[in-house]
Amino acid sequence: MLILGPIGFTAPWILLGLIVLPILWLLLRAVPPAPIRRRFPGVALLLGLKDEEHQADKTPWWLLLLRSLAIAALIAGFAGPVLNPDPRTAASGPLLVLMDGTWSDARDWPRRIERVEQALDEAARDGRTAALVVLTDRPEGELPFRAAQSWKAQLAGLTPAPWAPEGAADWAARLDGAFDTIWLSDGLAYDWRAEVLTALEARGAVSVFESPRPIYGLRPAAFEDGAIALSLTRARPEGAATVTVAASGLDPNGVERELATAELEFEDGATEAELSLSLPPELRNRVSRFEVIGTRSAGAVTLTDDALKRREVALIAGQDDREGLELLNPTHYIEQALDPVADLLDGSLSEVLLANPDAIVLADVATVPAGQADQLREWVEDGGLLVRFAGPRVAASDLSRDREEPLMPVRLRAGGRSVGGAMSWGEPKTLRAFDADSPFSGLSIPEDVSVNAQVLAEPDPELSDRTIASLADGTPLVTRKRIGAGQVVLFHVTANAEWSSLPLSGLFVSMLERLAVSTRPSQPDAEELAGTTWTIDQRLTAFGQVEEAGTLPGVPGERLAAGEPGPEAPPGLYAGEDRRIALNVVGPETSLTPAIWPARIPVEGLRTSEERSLAGLLLSLGLGLLALDVLAALWLAGRLTGPRAAAVVAALAFMPLGGEVRAQQAAATTDEGFAVDVTSEVTLAHVLTGNPEVDRVAAAGLEGLGQTLFRRTSVEPAAPVGVNVEEDELALLPFLYWPVTADMERPSDEAYAKLNAYLRTGGMILFDTRDADVSSAGGATATSRMLQELARPLDIPPLEQIPDDHVLTRTFYLLQDFPGRHREGTIWVEAAPPGAEEAVEGMPFRDLNDNVTPVVIGGNDWAAAWAVDEQGRRMFPVGRGFAGEQQREIALRFGVNLIMHVLTGNYKSDQVHVPALLDRLGN
Amino acid sequence: MSDPVTLRSRAERLAAPFPPLLAGARHLAGSVVLGSHGRRRPGHGDEFWQYRTAVQGDEARNIDWRRSGRSDAHFIRQMEWQAAQSVTIWVDTSASMRFASTRNLPEKRFRASELGLALAILLNQAGERFGLMGHDLPARTGELQLMRMAEALERSGPGGEYGAPVAREMPSRSRAVFLSDFLGDIAPARAALTEAADRGVSGMLIQVLDPQEEAFPFDGRTIFESIGGTIRHETLKARDLRGRYLERLAERKAELQGLCRATGWQYSTHHTDHPATSILLWAWSALERVV
Repeated sequence: MLILGPIGFTAPWILLGLIVLPILWLLLRAVPPAPIRRRFPGVALLLGLKDEEHQADKTPWWLLLLRSLAIAALIAGFAGPVLNPDPRTAASGPLLVLMDGTWSDARDWPRRIERVEQALDEAARDGRTAALVVLTDRPEGELPFRAAQSWKAQLAGLTPAPWAPEGAADWAARLDGAFDTIWLSDGLAYDWRAEVLTALEARGAVSVFESPRPIYGLRPAAFEDGAIALSLTRARPEGAATVTVAASGLDPNGVERELATAELEFEDGATEAELSLSLPPELRNRVSRFEVIGTRSAGAVTLTDDALKRREVALIAGQDDREGLELLNPTHYIEQALDPVADLLDGSLSEVLLANPDAIVLADVATVPAGQADQLREWVEDGGLLVRFAGPRVAASDLSRDREEPLMPVRLRAGGRSVGGAMSWGEPKTLRAFDADSPFSGLSIPEDVSVNAQVLAEPDPELSDRTIASLADGTPLVTRKRIGAGQVVLFHVTANAEWSSLPLSGLFVSMLERLAVSTRPSQPDAEELAGTTWTIDQRLTAFGQVEEAGTLPGVPGERLAAGEPGPEAPPGLYAGEDRRIALNVVGPETSLTPAIWPARIPVEGLRTSEERSLAGLLLSLGLGLLALDVLAALWLAGRLTGPRAAAVVAALAFMPLGGEVRAQQAAATTDEGFAVDVTSEVTLAHVLTGNPEVDRVAAAGLEGLGQTLFRRTSVEPAAPVGVNVEEDELALLPFLYWPVTADMERPSDEAYAKLNAYLRTGGMILFDTRDADVSSAGGATATSRMLQELARPLDIPPLEQIPDDHVLTRTFYLLQDFPGRHREGTIWVEAAPPGAEEAVEGMPFRDLNDNVTPVVIGGNDWAAAWAVDEQGRRMFPVGRGFAGEQQREIALRFGVNLIMHVLTGNYKSDQVHVPALLDRLGN
Repeated sequence: MSDPVTLRSRAERLAAPFPPLLAGARHLAGSVVLGSHGRRRPGHGDEFWQYRTAVQGDEARNIDWRRSGRSDAHFIRQMEWQAAQSVTIWVDTSASMRFASTRNLPEKRFRASELGLALAILLNQAGERFGLMGHDLPARTGELQLMRMAEALERSGPGGEYGAPVAREMPSRSRAVFLSDFLGDIAPARAALTEAADRGVSGMLIQVLDPQEEAFPFDGRTIFESIGGTIRHETLKARDLRGRYLERLAERKAELQGLCRATGWQYSTHHTDHPATSILLWAWSALERVV
């Protein structure tokens, strides 16, 4: 292969053909274009004229150039040009393809696999054996060198792991033998990199491939100052960038979707970007993870755990009668304790129950109304946390006295007790240390917490189990009972400082936290997690997808606290006893540093420059030039004139556009054609129902009606059209016949909008259920139900049965009934406004209902009575004998009246007043 | 141009919108034949033209006594001057006239024949006599003459490369119309015109040209051939010839115009891409004008 710069030639000897170009140049120069013979009567005038210039007998230089270029392009094209040729130097010996296989690799994993494939292909071509090792999933023992091609089948099964490799340095040190290495680095610096590199270099040549794509790490979201603080880090500080971060979670329907997006701006030179995202509590509690959009990597995803969830707590106080004494307010201290960490709900019990809070605090509430008690109990059973505080009111009431209230953990003794007061003996009691099985275990008890008064629990076999905190003398201070999935907790003291100093202490806040009334601080420390075991609930893949974890062994709390995911503790959401902790790939302290390679190691971007054959390009260029040469030669010879030139130009200009233009024109003409057709003559139309038989009868009926109109009146309608209410323009039609079928499809909302506009602006629809023979008994038929269904979204005014004096009875013929194929059905038209019945000067006509009724509804199957076939014969029999023909005649007259009514509007109803008006004028 | 009948009917259509054409007769004494159509001026004729008051010098026998009896003055009854004129038409039907640059244009010969026949029809309607030069059709009048003329024009084959009028066929003191492209040698035309002037024949030249002959829209290496193929001219760059060709064409036109001015003829150019009516209108008025 001959390589010239970025272009190589596979058959370079063909390029020798370029030598003929100068010869060709001379040859072409010598041969002038062939003359044209022309018949021309004026030739007599030309005789004796000499050519002034003798240039044209040689080919002009630009045409020569064009031809030479064309030939050169063809020659070069046949010489097999290749862009970015791959000058492979055949190497020998085994090849190690080493991949980091971390989450950072995941962002362009397919490209890496492609690169590996390329390396394996090359190795196979050179007859080398190869081994493919992913550092996060290393084979033990010797490197598995085997035929390079056999590795390709395994490529599809390779996946990166969402953690960093461990013990890579030791592994590399154990390697022996001689081999070359291609190392696909994930682009991040690790402490073992240098050691592994040294070990590999000892075995053979090492080349490194790295992706130029940015690496983003999304730190765990934290809750700060009422908003979610997001922080994004990147490996390389070059360049400004805008990154979109999306918050995903379940929506109220349980469907996972993007709940919010925000943009983070990296400034040039900065590796950190911060964002404060303020979301409504409802939305915030639904967020299950944040992710960088457009990056498939576990580092670009951070799962949220309980740390981000703000619990909704409803505070209900017993009686608020002591106005103004804020510090004595039963809920003041709870509010103070919870306000920074939870969302507080106000309102009555029935109201807050609707909001389904996480916890309800009842401060000194003795009685809950009966109806609400049931609701409250249901709510607790569904997992609610009810926290009750004692108080004077509880102590004075009979609450849980004789038998245990469902919503109280224990029975109470009457009156409670007070210790260390002015009227009692003894000292105020302090708290006993918490038991190990108490949720409060481990909390330190401040010295100064003392209890002056409390309600006392009735001794009970279950009392000790239910006590989770007690005073120094063993009397219960906090008791708890589980009900269903929820629990009821009773503090035997008040929620304010009246009975004890507990609410004044930090212990109170911690106790509330432990009870999960409030949110905990974001990340539990190792100490806190010591000795606990967590099971993974949802795991995060290296590609940043969250999937169900299945069954994996539990993870000790210490391991989680370390915050470093590994094979034994994959990143994901871990569930413990009462909370969930997220283990993310990128922790709050993780910093991403780009890998730095020594100068001697060739580092190649992952973008492999693809070999591209230029033969096709050059050949088509050559052919294009030759085609151009044809045109140029024609033009030069003076044959490209007039219409021929115009045709060539037009052909060139419209070649790629032709089809489209034709399609557009066709669409335009059909649309316009429809409008022109239906407006140039009166056109009767029927709605296409989708039932071909019904549509055929409707069309034939309108045809028959049209013929009758043509013969008897000055209305000369064109052939009827069937309209599709979805697509066709209705506004152009004066009248629509709508046969209703039971299985008709409901029009879309847009079609209804069009129909309503049609009815409002003077159109008329004749709905025909075609079932008057069966429906006259008053039963609802399938078609009439369909009609109700169809007509519900239509703006139809109030209807009435057609009155005897309706204008329809006299617009052309005088009619008393309106039969179609059936004669029993009732006809409904727009109701006359109230008061219209009053006769004007004795005239029997209503004068207010002079608008055309927008709908006429009936079931007489008029179309069948009107219908004619192609020969003009009646298609359906009506009735029997002469009476039947009479009925058909009346049906036709009804049709005539109807169309007259539509077309003349109130003219006919006005007309009946004319004699009276003339009479009055005459007098 | 399928048969004489269609040519005739086309010519009739062309001639239809015109009022009867009345050829002037300048040299009445030589070839006056009383015709049936008045000249709208007093003279010899059968039709009454006007009364005019008698002036001194009028013969007493000319006085119309019946008219004069109704007033004090004497009146003379004048008749309308009626005369017939013979017009010789020459339509060049040589090879060079069988040319049309595009399919949409008629051949020059066709246009010329059409014009000639249209004039003949007008003359016929006006009662004048007309003949076709070169086809042994001396001046006569009547439908039969028209028929013969149409037939002769139809049948005529290409004579030479370029045609020339035959002056001796023109009766002296008659009128003549020459329809040709006048692209060939001008000497015969000059001779004919000179002779015509000598014989007191006046008339008009209508040069019928194809638009391509006016524009010369050629380019590149071209061999120009006459229609008959006898004359040929080769050029390597036709565009260069254009200016000089147009110059020569203008010279030819100027020469013809000068010739006409010298002999008292009328000259006009007609292009086949223009409607024939305008040139017929011009020819009609030109025949009228020369009184």
